[in-house]
Amino acid sequence: MIRSKDKKFNFEEGAVIEHDLDKAPKTGDWRYMMPKVDKEKCSGCTTCVPFCPEASIEMKKYKEGQRDKADIDYDFCKGCGVCAQVCPMKAITMEKNK
Amino acid sequence: MNKNLAKNFASGHSACAGCAFPAIVRTILGESPDPVVISNTTGCLEVTSTLYPYTAWKTPYIHSAFENASATISGVEQAHKALSRKGKVPKKIKFVVFGGDGGTYDIGLQSLSGALERGHDFVYVVYDNGGYMNTGNQRSSATPYAANTETTPVGKESFGKVEMRKNLMEIVDAHHIKYAAQANVAYLADLKKKARKAFETEGPAFLSVFSPCTNNWKFPTSQYVAIAKLATETNFWPLFEIEDGKYKVNWATENPKPVEEFLKTQGRFKHLFSEKNKPVLDEVKKIVKDEWQRLVDKTE
Repeated sequence: MIRSKDKKFNFEEGAVIEHDLDKAPKTGDWRYMMPKVDKEKCSGCTTCVPFCPEASIEMKKYKEGQRDKADIDYDFCKGCGVCAQVCPMKAITMEKNK
Repeated sequence: MNKNLAKNFASGHSACAGCAFPAIVRTILGESPDPVVISNTTGCLEVTSTLYPYTAWKTPYIHSAFENASATISGVEQAHKALSRKGKVPKKIKFVVFGGDGGTYDIGLQSLSGALERGHDFVYVVYDNGGYMNTGNQRSSATPYAANTETTPVGKESFGKVEMRKNLMEIVDAHHIKYAAQANVAYLADLKKKARKAFETEGPAFLSVFSPCTNNWKFPTSQYVAIAKLATETNFWPLFEIEDGKYKVNWATENPKPVEEFLKTQGRFKHLFSEKNKPVLDEVKKIVKDEWQRLVDKTE
């Protein structure tokens, strides 16, 4: 990867902005509806994962001997509800944000 | 944050809740076997992903102006060729352009045409939301017939846009490029397959992806996948690919759903269901049927 710090490429300062997640606006503030995963109902099919616009859904270990279940990161989740809509098991429900 | 999914395009962008293009961007870039360099036209994707001092892009990313994303990537691709010959940069890099329909169908068409004709090795992706959504829903040449937009408002005398959509796939096909395909965000497996083929193609490849806009098509934020799916199921947005000039339809059904099912999900077509606009609705149905027939005729 070419980085602005490399001496080889003498970029003007400020011409290149590097990705830094700490500077990201926490878009979770936008949320007024909150998706909740019912881990018992979730079949671990991963349908919701690629459709999430914020890439907020990860498959995490829930119980020994079971498939990984969907887990939502609320830092960036905007509460759009796409995950709840695409879920074939209806395991994700939208609740009022607290 | 899902690290694997966000390896090229991270969270923290300010696209509307329930926007379709992050899924398109991540799915397509996820299929690239090599590192990517991205050029972007002006549009929703550009303004939402690069809010100073933050950038959601973890890959090299260039935005210069509305009309010249393809020209920019042509230059980058040529520079890469020259530098890799001297051994200064890695040999294998993929070049991708993301454009909205405004920056592709209207404003960037000339530079796209130039880049396709010169045969640069890049993938052009247009996420088609049918209008200039970033500035508040002005009509573009990708806006479908009879849609209500800010510049084609519905009123006593008008029923929305009076012209048909431009058939960009045929324009692209006229450049005799090796691979062009139309895909849909609701069919991610199909989109992945097409992205992989586009990256494998030597020379230019073109992908047109259906991308519903929650804000200006006026539907609830949770519905983009359902609406995109309906667009294909009603033959409004057929999935097909053009390989060396040969058309192939990727998804078809004996009994397509009535187009009304797709139209009634969105506020921009609400006026079509009044008594007065019945002839317009019939015209929409006729256009969709005719376009589908045109496509089927080409596959033979």
